[in-house]
Amino acid sequence: MRTVLVALAAAMLAVSTAADEKPVQLKRAPGLDKVETNCAACHSLDYIEMNSPFPTALWDAEVTKMIKAYGAPIDDVDAKSIADYLKKNYGN
Amino acid sequence: MRALTRRHFVGGSIAAGATMAGGLPVLPSARAAGPELAPELPEGTRASAVLDSLPGKKPLIKLTYRPPNYETPIEYFREAITPNDAFFVRYHLAFIPEVDAKSWRLSVGGDGANGQAQLTLDELKALPPVEVVAVNQCSGNRRGLFQPHVPGVQWAYGAMGCARWKGVRLKDLLDQVGVKKEAVEIAFEGADGPVADKTPDFVKSLPVWKAVEDTTLVAYEMNGQPLPHFNGFPVRLVVPGWTGTYWMKHLTTIRALLRPEANFWMSSAYRIPLGRFPLVTRFTSQDTAANTPITEMVVNSLVTSHRDGAEVQAGSPVGGVAWDGGYGIRAVEVSRDGGMSWSAATLGPDLGRYAFRTWSFRLKDKGRQTVMARAINTIGATQTAALIANPAGYHHNVMHSVWLSVI
Repeated sequence: MRTVLVALAAAMLAVSTAADEKPVQLKRAPGLDKVETNCAACHSLDYIEMNSPFPTALWDAEVTKMIKAYGAPIDDVDAKSIADYLKKNYGN
Repeated sequence: MRALTRRHFVGGSIAAGATMAGGLPVLPSARAAGPELAPELPEGTRASAVLDSLPGKKPLIKLTYRPPNYETPIEYFREAITPNDAFFVRYHLAFIPEVDAKSWRLSVGGDGANGQAQLTLDELKALPPVEVVAVNQCSGNRRGLFQPHVPGVQWAYGAMGCARWKGVRLKDLLDQVGVKKEAVEIAFEGADGPVADKTPDFVKSLPVWKAVEDTTLVAYEMNGQPLPHFNGFPVRLVVPGWTGTYWMKHLTTIRALLRPEANFWMSSAYRIPLGRFPLVTRFTSQDTAANTPITEMVVNSLVTSHRDGAEVQAGSPVGGVAWDGGYGIRAVEVSRDGGMSWSAATLGPDLGRYAFRTWSFRLKDKGRQTVMARAINTIGATQTAALIANPAGYHHNVMHSVWLSVI
């Protein structure tokens, strides 16, 4: 059941993001491409702005949580780019 | 199952404001555009939240599009019952199928059961129906008001609602399969789930004693109508008194367990530090040395008749709602001097111990004043003046106040 759901989800995601979801424009800065390709696979990017300003030191923990607790398939290089982007643009 | 298409009526627009005001008094402080947002919310939340309509819903305060997290504007809490199309929406994970009621099945079994059963919706509805009026409140309601910032959905006051739920007793379903006396928990799964392979599916459990309470329901109606898609169609769990995390939407599977459920959503998420909150009910099979699952809601109240800065005619009522974890509201009190002295408010009709209790208070003295409210339940618990910090931002029941000009 789960495998089927995931396959379906992947098919539906493309539809829902393209046709139905309003685009969320985050700050244009280095690393945004990694945020858009990785983070937005599972959730809309308004999660980021909603949680800002956020203590710079804690953004690293959030990225780690997405990978370790929520199983986000993000490699170390991208994870660093994402954390750097978040700290610089949505930290305090 | 098919993918939902979403219609967007607005982008925080005048149209949204007008719709929201339909049937409700127009607030003196209402702005023409965008939702009214608490000033304590993070700057980024205030910048990104908009009024937006999900299919079948009135414009609600959009916090995140995907998964959808939408809160109910405070004005809807002027009545004890929250309309279905204004009821808040909360999902953890973004795969949300539209469930076909005809092909939907509910499985009941597990290693802690003697047998197993599978029911269609018609078979479920053929069982003795039960109704309860109960508040469904997200554990993290008001998280956005925490200082310092707690990551997560930055809810203000509206991640809650109260409805008349109709369904069958979970106990009646469990009796069909027979729960072994060694069973410790009952686990629940819904049709929605994660997008990524390795994201833990959302599975929750209850201690057996709570699962078999007379008011714990497998519900197929909400305020006399089928459940809205975004509130769990066709069937959801209703756990009066306990926070929304246990109210599994799009319910498909019920399992009696011989061992405690150990997935992420039980073992790591939805936990509160031991001993920090004055709660009675416990979920001891899930205890660790440091923390315990969130269980019953703390006693709480909200001023909903007016926003900060509103003008009120002397002698006319100010009011709102009060609720708790199911002991029932004994009193609501109002202070106009910052909590030095308190006066009793008038309670509205009693819709049951799990429901919102409306209350009102007439302001007689003219001039600018701050009105603060606190509820007291039948076991003597009341609200807190200072926030009780906890890592996930749960159980915010700091007394709410608004400042008003009485003319």
